[in-house]
Amino acid sequence: MEFGLLQVWEGGWIGAILRGAAVTIAVGVASMIFGLIIGTICGLIKWRAVFGLSHLVDLYTSVIRGVPELLIIYLLFFGSVEFVTKIATVFGFAELANAGYAFFITVAAISAISGAYSTEVIRGALAAIPKGHIEAAVALGLPSRRIFARIIAPQMLRIAFPGINNVWQTTIKDTALVSVVGLQELMRTAFIGAGSTHNPLIFYTIAALVYLMITLISQVGFNKVEAVLSPRKGA
Amino acid sequence: MELIQLAVPVLLKGLWMTLTLTALSVAIGFNLGLGLAIMRGSDKAWVSGFARYYSIAFRGTPLLVQIFLIYYGLGQIRFIHDVPTLWWVISEGSRCAVLALALNTAAYTSEILRGGLVSVPAGLTEAAKACGMSRAMRFRRIEFPLAIRQALPAYGNELVLMVKGTSLASTITVLEITGYAKRLMSQTYAIFEVFAIAGVLYLALNLVLISVVRLVERRLMRHTRPVSQGRAAIAISAI
Repeated sequence: MEFGLLQVWEGGWIGAILRGAAVTIAVGVASMIFGLIIGTICGLIKWRAVFGLSHLVDLYTSVIRGVPELLIIYLLFFGSVEFVTKIATVFGFAELANAGYAFFITVAAISAISGAYSTEVIRGALAAIPKGHIEAAVALGLPSRRIFARIIAPQMLRIAFPGINNVWQTTIKDTALVSVVGLQELMRTAFIGAGSTHNPLIFYTIAALVYLMITLISQVGFNKVEAVLSPRKGA
Repeated sequence: MELIQLAVPVLLKGLWMTLTLTALSVAIGFNLGLGLAIMRGSDKAWVSGFARYYSIAFRGTPLLVQIFLIYYGLGQIRFIHDVPTLWWVISEGSRCAVLALALNTAAYTSEILRGGLVSVPAGLTEAAKACGMSRAMRFRRIEFPLAIRQALPAYGNELVLMVKGTSLASTITVLEITGYAKRLMSQTYAIFEVFAIAGVLYLALNLVLISVVRLVERRLMRHTRPVSQGRAAIAISAI
């Protein structure tokens, strides 16, 4: 039996794959935003060397960056599934829990991972800001909130941007891992398609191409923003 | 306590598999990556183009997709069925995992090594050329030794990523640390404890790997270290 692109189209798989891609992007963007929030807070803690807290942050980043992402996803998923189902059933949200739960736990897991990498990127960027700039701002008597908003944050963003781009690229690829716990994203859709049509080659090739498109297009976007952020010559 | 007695031997069995997968795929992937890095510098457009697109394709898609494509997808191609060596590679999970990991790390390694090769000062290569060194000798004696010193810290990170990458082999029936950990989690329901033991194994493995890379780096960069007092004295007395 021949099975080709035409059958993929007629079987309605293209729509399913596009929906899967949308879920992948949603998970990626949500996790990236939470990851950046985690990264900014933890990066500031590490940079300021806040007593006690900075050791906790060190523990967090070294564990997450040294242990496989898949293992972390298993921990969060299996570790919480019973607990959450129980609570949801008590409050009568069993249906809702099944639908939203996979998405929620996925975003939690991927955010924790991308947050650890963002922390290192942002800490590095903060360390690269010349000390004199901050000292000058203090000497001028600027309140500390304004120092952060006017002096620290803009420079941090500019220096950290290439690193954030790298974190985004890994984050979007890490979302493929959550297919193993059942969220219907791009990889899971390809897996189901491959199983039900007995044609894994075509489905995984399509999935690979869609991932490639996501990473390449976002790369172009990041490069554009980076060009805007980089200091203008002669200014 | 019982749990530890149950889990540790099982996970140590997995550690052996993780080590084997890492060692084989790094050994193959490094050489492929070196080849690709050299191809990137080629004058022929199709040679450097191939290396460039290879790197884009493998770095732009998730490792999981690559593993599934090789494990489930390639078996569909008639040609692979007919060639016994290819079929031997594809027919078993751990060999597929090594293939996928090696091809994947080759792409990242080629970028890291290319960065090192680009940083070699042109004057040094020109000088070697002027001395009449052949292209192969120039690469062996001048370019590669300088490039690898530049690339080593980044390559250490890539090795850690490879160790973590081997965990994906568990999705295609290979029982390494993560595979056994998942099985233990569903058997014992001691999710966190199993995670902690498996996590410690990975962290220890990565720590050892990073320390080895640091040692190699120190050995290669020993000419930049200040000469110690004792040695300086010996050197002076030798004069």
